Amino acid sequence: MSSSADVAQERRAPARASFDGLRLENLTKSFGAFTAVDDLDLDVPRGSFFALLGPSGCGKTTTLRMVAGLETPTSGGITLAGQDITYAKPYKRPVNTVFQNYALFPHLDIYENVAFGLKRRKAGNVDAQVKEMLSLVELDSQTRKRPAQLSGGQQQRVALARALINKPEVLLLDEPLGALDLKLRRNMQIELKRIQTEVGLTFIHVTHDQEEAMTMADTVAVMNAGVIEQMGAPEELYENPRTTFVANFLGQSNLIEGTIKGRSGDLVTVDMHGIDVSVPAARSHADGDKGWIGIRPEKVLIGDPGEQLDAPGNSVPGGVVSDVSFVGVSTQYLVRMPWGQELQVFAQNTGHRRIYRSGEQVDLSWRPDYAFLLDASQDARAGAQEGTD
Amino acid sequence: MASTAGTAPVTTAPASDDSSRRRGLTGYVLLVPGVVWLALFFVIPFYSLVATSLYDPGGSVFSGYEMSYQFSNYWHAIQDYWEPLLRSLWYAGLATLICLVLGYVLAYAIAFKAGRWKNLMLVLVIAPFFTSFLVRTLSWKLILADGGLIVNSLQAVHLLGPDGRLLATPFAVICGIVYNFLPFMVLPLFASIDKIDHRLIEASSDLYANPFVGFWKVTWPLSLPGVVSGTLLTFIPAAGDYINAQLLGSPNQRMVGNVIQNLFTQANDYPAAGALSMILMILIVAMVLFYVRRAGTEELL
Repeated sequence: MSSSADVAQERRAPARASFDGLRLENLTKSFGAFTAVDDLDLDVPRGSFFALLGPSGCGKTTTLRMVAGLETPTSGGITLAGQDITYAKPYKRPVNTVFQNYALFPHLDIYENVAFGLKRRKAGNVDAQVKEMLSLVELDSQTRKRPAQLSGGQQQRVALARALINKPEVLLLDEPLGALDLKLRRNMQIELKRIQTEVGLTFIHVTHDQEEAMTMADTVAVMNAGVIEQMGAPEELYENPRTTFVANFLGQSNLIEGTIKGRSGDLVTVDMHGIDVSVPAARSHADGDKGWIGIRPEKVLIGDPGEQLDAPGNSVPGGVVSDVSFVGVSTQYLVRMPWGQELQVFAQNTGHRRIYRSGEQVDLSWRPDYAFLLDASQDARAGAQEGTD
Repeated sequence: MASTAGTAPVTTAPASDDSSRRRGLTGYVLLVPGVVWLALFFVIPFYSLVATSLYDPGGSVFSGYEMSYQFSNYWHAIQDYWEPLLRSLWYAGLATLICLVLGYVLAYAIAFKAGRWKNLMLVLVIAPFFTSFLVRTLSWKLILADGGLIVNSLQAVHLLGPDGRLLATPFAVICGIVYNFLPFMVLPLFASIDKIDHRLIEASSDLYANPFVGFWKVTWPLSLPGVVSGTLLTFIPAAGDYINAQLLGSPNQRMVGNVIQNLFTQANDYPAAGALSMILMILIVAMVLFYVRRAGTEELL
């Protein structure tokens, strides 16, 4: 955990002098004895779509509220485009929020809701701007309705329009899609991404839905217990997680205990219950002589015993299929290994391979470049429960 | 067996007809308590009041009154008593306004700032009702008395002349009304303000509204239902009140309630008293209707 933070800090160091995005430095927020956000460092580049991903209670909403000015940090600083806004009043910040429950004003109609921010800043040309914004979110025909007369998706778009119209430096989205049903949520994800590309503002999106974070954001920061576990592009986080929490929270992972035998060049050799497997050094994040070998279920190939699988590298014999579920696009197996652990395997339904039955003997195999190695000091099940819901 | 099955529909048809008729009657039977209650406590007294207001003023309690549709009673009542009538509306209006300001601050504090003291503070608002209205008003007489702490202090700082007094002034009467009716303002206001979602206020500050503007654009409009019911609950009884003017005021602060009470109990001029009561009632109903329309609270309530 600490090592990942160090790496992140090193990577950021050169950009520190001239940074025009949002920067959080050593940000801490405690409520009594409980520390919601713990010494957080974060840089969000201007114009990016940034996602703060984490289970409920990990401090992501508190972080967002501190950026919005609705919560005062216990210590640390927030700068936006070079200006310190740590203690600025919320109504003086060029930051707007789309609230989790939308928080639309029930006594005002849609037009007045959207015009609220412009009118407070005494902006000119309010009428034209409101109409333009309402047509952007495709609500031009509903301007005189009250929020209560709209559906959830429409209310969400009003909330978005109400915040966007102010052209804030940073737009904060606090799980805005949480209350929508699945189909609407997918549509709104695409819509949000389209609008972000169109207006080019910085979006910070807080969510506990890993799929949502990965589809929408350029950069995802995975947050847990008040600290950022890992930050990077969605593919990078998924393919090369640095902690067991990230490995389990973003998708699923098989984590197998192993003893490191040696490091030579860009390969690390690990003894995995008597079988030697190798992991690229760049994907090894273990310091001690023990580690968790991680492999994503869809990267594991399954075959008959002794069969030459088309993945030269780590081959693990002696598995027994203990559970099969056919999902259509893939078949998901649980394979019990000789050391008692059950590994997950997703076999894509290409038609080339037959479907194995429960109780059959199988061999597993994966390419060394897909495996990763995590430090053994962490809990192998961290983040697993939160990730699956 | 077969025959009973065959006759069953024949017997049930009139039965269901009968039961539907009975069901129709049941509704009226259930209405009876309400209708009796309304007749006893509203229609009959109201009829009696209307009739009294139209009696021939030539009669007396001893010789009896004649019902002669004397609409001139109303005209005479207005001519003779327009001053206390206007004063009542003025005092009640002013007291309502003061109650609104004080009550709003109190209700806001209880709803948003009291935290775990909320329930205790609400009990404290209602606590004065455990003692009699009269006793509480009489204790204001002591508080504002000549030579009392308040008068002496005000004289010491020369806010009040050496002969100045608080008792028997409009100030004392309005103070009494404000004090006595404040809970009627606080409770509906609290109910309204307590319901306001705090996140809406956060949203307004997020949208560039400073606390002052945010209050007028969000908190105040959302609390309007409480404002309307609070002002009605305060203004209506305050306009007809006579205890405060009688105990804390002088004849110069006479309100229409005092006049009506006097006409009924001392002067025994029933027609004038009845006419004055009707005028007060009509005035208040008209003002309330106008006010509720203007406040546009139908959809808020």
